[in-house]
Amino acid sequence: MVSSYGEGGKILAGGQSLIPLLKSRLFAVPHLIDIGRIEGMRGVTEDKKEIHIGPLTTISEIESDKVVREHLPALGDASSVIADPLIRNAGTVGGNVCHGDPSNDIPAVMHVLGANFVLEKTGDRRISDVENFFVDTLQTDVRSGEILTGIVIPNPPERSGSAYLKAEKRAGDFSLAGVAVYLELGKGETVSKLKIALTSSGPKVMAVDGLYAIIHGNTLSPDVMGRICKRASSVSRPVDDVHGTAEYKRNVVSMLTGDAIKIALDRAKGGRR
Amino acid sequence: MMASIIRIKVNGTKKRVEVEPRELLVDVIRDKLGLVGTKVGCETSNCGACTVIVDGRAVKSCTMFAVQADGKEITTVEGLSKDGELHPIQKAFVEKHGMQCGFCTSGMLMTAYWLLNNRRNPNDGEIKRHFSGNLCRCTGYQDIIESVKHASRLMYPKEEQIEVSQ
Ligand SMILES: Cc1cc2nc3c(=O)[nH]c(=O)nc-3n(C[C@H](O)[C@H](O)[C@H](O)COP(=O)(O)OP(=O)(O)OC[C@H]3O[C@@H](n4cnc5c(N)ncnc54)[C@H](O)[C@@H]3O)c2cc1C
Ligand code: FES
Ligand code: FES
Repeated sequence: MVSSYGEGGKILAGGQSLIPLLKSRLFAVPHLIDIGRIEGMRGVTEDKKEIHIGPLTTISEIESDKVVREHLPALGDASSVIADPLIRNAGTVGGNVCHGDPSNDIPAVMHVLGANFVLEKTGDRRISDVENFFVDTLQTDVRSGEILTGIVIPNPPERSGSAYLKAEKRAGDFSLAGVAVYLELGKGETVSKLKIALTSSGPKVMAVDGLYAIIHGNTLSPDVMGRICKRASSVSRPVDDVHGTAEYKRNVVSMLTGDAIKIALDRAKGGRR
Repeated sequence: MMASIIRIKVNGTKKRVEVEPRELLVDVIRDKLGLVGTKVGCETSNCGACTVIVDGRAVKSCTMFAVQADGKEITTVEGLSKDGELHPIQKAFVEKHGMQCGFCTSGMLMTAYWLLNNRRNPNDGEIKRHFSGNLCRCTGYQDIIESVKHASRLMYPKEEQIEVSQ
C-alpha cells in the first residue's frame, strides 16, 4: 500500500510530529497511511547479541521497558525527557527517528549505540546504518515506499555504560542542546571506546569525531575530560535564537558532555550497562 | 475526501460515527458526540485541555485523527461520574480547590485518572512529571497537586505506599 502511493503517501505512526506539521500548513500530502495497528512492529526483545526494537513501540513504553533500562540506559534517559507524558503515550520511537528533526532526542542515542535500521517495501528489505540514516534536516534514508520495520542495536558488553542529558528552558520543550554518550572501559580505569552525539546542535544529529585520539589508553582525568568537552562543543553548530546565543549553547554542550560522561562511567563501573 | 465510519466505545457506550479522515478526535468528541467537557486550548499539543483516555492511556485528542481511534475505548471527563455521583477525583478537586477558571480542569482530571489508575500513591515529583503536559494559567499548580494527592486518598483509603506498574 505504501509503495502504491509512492510520493503521494505519507506514513502516519503516532502523529505527534506529523499532525502538528500538517496543522501548521508547512506541509501537505494527498494521502496518509496509518501504520499504527501493525502488531508485529511493537515491543522490545533481546538476545545475547542484539536488542530489537519495534518502531511502533511508544516512547512511554520505551521509557518503562526493562531491557531498555538495563542495557540501553541512554535510551531510557532520552525517552523520559521527550515532550510530556501525554505526547509520549502516543508518539513512537520509529516516528522520532524517521522525522529527522535535529531536535528529536532519540537520534543522538541511536548514534552512540550504533543502531541499524531495517527498511522494507514490497519485495525488498535493506539495512541502513546510523552513519547513513540521518541525511539532513527532516531528511532520512527512508525512501519512497519504504517503512522502517525494525531497529537493531548491538547488545552492549559488560563494563559499558551510556547516558543522555538535555537542557531545556521549560518542562516539555525541545532542547537547547542534548548529549548522548556511550563508553566502554578497558584495563583498569582506562576508556577503550567513547562515542558522543549531539541533539539541537546542527542541521541533523551531530556525531562527535576525533575522540579516539583523545582517549586512547587514557583514564578520564580532568585534563582528558576537558579535552573531550571542548571537542564536543567545537563540533556543535548551534544558531543564535531567542533561546540563547550560539556561544551559550556551545557552553551548554560542553557542560552536558561532562555530566553525561560521569553518569555513563558510573553505570559502566556499577555493572549496569 | 470520502467519509468513513469508525466504531468507538465512548464512556462505556458503543458508537458508530461518520468522520472525514482529516477530522481530529477532539472535534468529533465535541461536535459530533456533543461531549463538550473536553476543551480545545492551544490546538498545538501544548496545553493538555483536550486530554482524554484512549485504551487506558491519556493522550491529547487535538493531536490524533478520529480514524486513529477506530475500534478503541475512549473515556472523556463526562465518563468519570457514575449515577450522578462525582468521581473521587472530581470530589478531591472540589474539596481542595484544584481549579479557578476551570478551562484546564477536564484535562487535569483525565491525566489524574490515568495517573491514579496506574500509581496509587504518587509523590509530588511523580505528580509534577505526569502533569507536565497539562498547563494551567490560574492556579499556580499547588492546589492541583494537593487535589491529586487528596484524590489518591479518597480512591485508595486503605492503601499503603503501594505502586502498581504502568
Ligand atoms: C509539543 C511537542 C513537544 C515535543 N517535544 C519533543 C522533544 O522534546 N523531543 C523529541 O525528541 N521530540 C519531541 N516532540 C516530537 C515527538 O515527540 C516525536 O517526534 C514523535 O513522537 C514522533 O513519533 P510519532 O509516532 O508521533 O511520529 P509521526 O508524527 O506519526 O511521524 C513522524 C515522521 O516519521 C515518519 N514515520 C513514522 N513512523 C515511520 C515508520 N515506521 N517508517 C517510516 N516512516 C515513519 C512519518 O511519515 C513522519 O514523517 C514533541 C512534539 C510536540 C507536539
Ligand atoms: S488543545 Fe490539545 S494540547 Fe492544547
Ligand atoms: S483553572 Fe484556569 S487554566 Fe487552570
